[in-house]
Amino acid sequence: MKSNETVVIPFNEAEAVDPDAPLVQVKDLEVTFKTQAGIVHAVRGVSFDIYPGESVAIVGESGSGKSTTATAIINLLAGTGRIFGGEILVEGKDITGYSQDKMADVRGRVIGYVPQDPMSNLNPVWSVGFQVEEAVRANGLASTRKEARERAIEVLKQAGLGDAERRMKQFPHQFSGGMRQRVLIGIGLAANPKLLIADEPTSALDVTVQKVILDHLESRVHEQQAALLLITHDLGLAAERASKLIVMHRGRIVEAGPSLEVLQNPKHPYTQTLIAAAPSLASKRIKSSTVRDDAPVATDIEFDVARLAAKREEEAAALADAPAAIEVTDLTKIYSIRRGNFRSEPLTAVDHISFKVKKGTTLALVGESGSGKTTAAKMILGLEKPTSGEISLMGTHMSGLSRKGLFELRSRMQVVFQDPYASLDPQRSIAAIIAEPLRVHGVSSRAERLARVNELLDQVSLPRSMAHRYPNELSGGQRQRVAVARALALKPDVVVLDEAVSALDVLVQAQVLQLLADLQEELNLTYLFITHDLAVVRVVADEVAVMEAGKIVETGTTDEIFENAKMPYTQRLLDAIPGAGIDWGA
Amino acid sequence: MSRPTPEHYVAPFEGNDIIEIDAKQLPDRRSNLWLDAWRDLRRRPLFYAALIVALVVATMAFFPTLFTQVPPNDNCQLPLGTRGPNMGAPMDGHPLGFTLQGCDVYARVVWGARTSLTVGLLVVAITAAIGIPMGALAGFYGGWVDSFLSRIGDIFFSIPYFLAAVVVMTVFSEHKNVFVISFAIGGFAWASLARLLRAEVLQVKNKEFVLASEAIGRSKFSTLIRHVLPNSLSPVIVSLTVSLGAAIVAEAALSFLGVGLGSNVMSWGNDISEAQTTIRTAPMALFWPSLFLTLTVLAFITLGELVRDALDPKARARR
Repeated sequence: MKSNETVVIPFNEAEAVDPDAPLVQVKDLEVTFKTQAGIVHAVRGVSFDIYPGESVAIVGESGSGKSTTATAIINLLAGTGRIFGGEILVEGKDITGYSQDKMADVRGRVIGYVPQDPMSNLNPVWSVGFQVEEAVRANGLASTRKEARERAIEVLKQAGLGDAERRMKQFPHQFSGGMRQRVLIGIGLAANPKLLIADEPTSALDVTVQKVILDHLESRVHEQQAALLLITHDLGLAAERASKLIVMHRGRIVEAGPSLEVLQNPKHPYTQTLIAAAPSLASKRIKSSTVRDDAPVATDIEFDVARLAAKREEEAAALADAPAAIEVTDLTKIYSIRRGNFRSEPLTAVDHISFKVKKGTTLALVGESGSGKTTAAKMILGLEKPTSGEISLMGTHMSGLSRKGLFELRSRMQVVFQDPYASLDPQRSIAAIIAEPLRVHGVSSRAERLARVNELLDQVSLPRSMAHRYPNELSGGQRQRVAVARALALKPDVVVLDEAVSALDVLVQAQVLQLLADLQEELNLTYLFITHDLAVVRVVADEVAVMEAGKIVETGTTDEIFENAKMPYTQRLLDAIPGAGIDWGA
Repeated sequence: MSRPTPEHYVAPFEGNDIIEIDAKQLPDRRSNLWLDAWRDLRRRPLFYAALIVALVVATMAFFPTLFTQVPPNDNCQLPLGTRGPNMGAPMDGHPLGFTLQGCDVYARVVWGARTSLTVGLLVVAITAAIGIPMGALAGFYGGWVDSFLSRIGDIFFSIPYFLAAVVVMTVFSEHKNVFVISFAIGGFAWASLARLLRAEVLQVKNKEFVLASEAIGRSKFSTLIRHVLPNSLSPVIVSLTVSLGAAIVAEAALSFLGVGLGSNVMSWGNDISEAQTTIRTAPMALFWPSLFLTLTVLAFITLGELVRDALDPKARARR
């Protein structure tokens, strides 16, 4: 092809392609980002092949370069990112030097893409139908308006929306998260691409929805005989959905191979650590919790989740007759939702729930989004007023408490929130953040506060030098440790952990879980663990309460729930844990 | 070509690969929002240019005698021998020439800086004093407090502040001084600041650290002061630097219209207003005060924009 050739030569489907030749070959890919600190190498010498019809998963923690690799393949690198070296062959042609015009021809038709967050990837001001039609036209699948409409309806139907004609006119906010993601999958597959890249397609969705969406994705990809490149942080999910697994760490591939082989027989120490730390593992290993001693590094890891789980089990018996630290009776919260015209509708967020948490134990309140678990936690923390019902903490009833009484009670219960990036005031130093509860509760001497801050930093295993730093200088795990230290500053009896580890990477999550367990033992803390992640529950909780639509549908000890769930909803939640059916090795 | 069976690849193990799991190391140098902003500003030549102009004007305002030995109103004695075609031309000791009345343009420009800057700073102070509490309380407490305060803001918003200032200055024509003119401008210009802050507070108050502060036991008001407000101030600071420039312009415009400060007060606006009558015979008398006005306003607006960029990590990354 001459360099001044202006005619775009599209990838021709009729072109004879050897079915055994790789569809995409990534060779020694190097991707760099320009930042204030200089050039950062996000991907360093990554090579792999994807064959037609194959499903490949790239697994890694945040910052491992997995998403960057995927976006490099469709040449949509964000911001200052640029392919620095290596090549990407799509059906034998190197696309790294392609112009945007030429690339637009590859996208959609040869490589489809499903983005991460279904909530923000549909434009809220255009109807869903318009957006699907747009995608259909952009891929040259229809020339007339009528054709585009017909094709769009077909796409929505394939996405599993029965009344597609009516749905066409609706706007994204009228769709649930799962429905939106199905529409995006439909758009991604509209032009029959040979490869579909799905970048964390379900990380924003509830587990049960996640399962349905992944099943849908799998069957659609299979139907069209397309290859699938799945980007995920979840080892179990990757192994369940892909035949080939690529584990990335700091921009490099550390291990790759057939999914089951990698999962059951990990060779690289990093993969071994990752598998040991993944909480879903424990759900299988809890009974035989002998820690392998021959693995060179795994033994050094102090936060082996299985060991942790075993320890919990021993303690559970001893705590059977401890007094209740939290007792909730018939707790109800009804919000009134404004509907305009001065009318309002009641919305029952929490519906007559009752539970008890014994001192020194952990109760996990489990549920999907909208189940009312966070509202319940807020009421227990005194951040929301209950509509009816009674909460008592360490024998003190909360209703009828004066402001002062509530203020004093506050010092005995503290909270750690989900997002370590949002829960610390960015303008205060770490010392000021940890000392804030002390200051508010009248520890007036500066020296006293400083001494306590140092003590707390030691307790959460952070260097004392960190006291004068600011939150933006810390990593997610370090920030969450700071949040834990702040919660412990007043020596509380009860700590509410509101999705406290959900935003953390697997390894960091394991570390923080270990820290929480150590602190619980050391300080005889009572935890109320609010989470959507059943796998984590398995390793930290003594008892479990499952919430659905504001009600507690099932309670029991962790073992009872996991081995013998009585309610179909609980069973569904359990089945939805990715990788639950796979025998993990470590 | 046949499809090879996927092999189990294991990367060579580098000893230190996984030792640091929570890998982020503390950088040697400290960093926080304001420090980062300062580091960014320090590297931008435009920042220095704007800063120098602003500092020169500020020095002029505080120590005019450093710049000129000619007293502010030396009865505007036009030196002898300058009448005729060369009227108003510069001469020794009077580098910028004279006005129609025979006043030294350079001296008037130097002495005028004080009025312009005072009005600018006063307006900023008044705008902040009204706008910050209104916006912060409305955004943070919501509900009827928000409705009430925001409607008051909307009322002021609906009155063109310049028109209102003209009316106020006409009513108070007996008491024309920098305070009255500053109130006339600032008293009607705060609504947009309140609106800006309200929007920012609405966003910040939903952050988890605000909930965390309440969970610790801080009162709502104390949370607003300690956590919400400091985190919502950066757009306000930017808006205020821009409004400093705008206030100087407004004062000049009011003076130009004849409803500003009395003709005995020296200000750039007054000078421009007076010089318009001699635009054909002595154009430089109009040019110099206008130039200083433009430079000063430009300097403050530039500073405001640079500070905004420096405070926004995303804007920094784009460059």
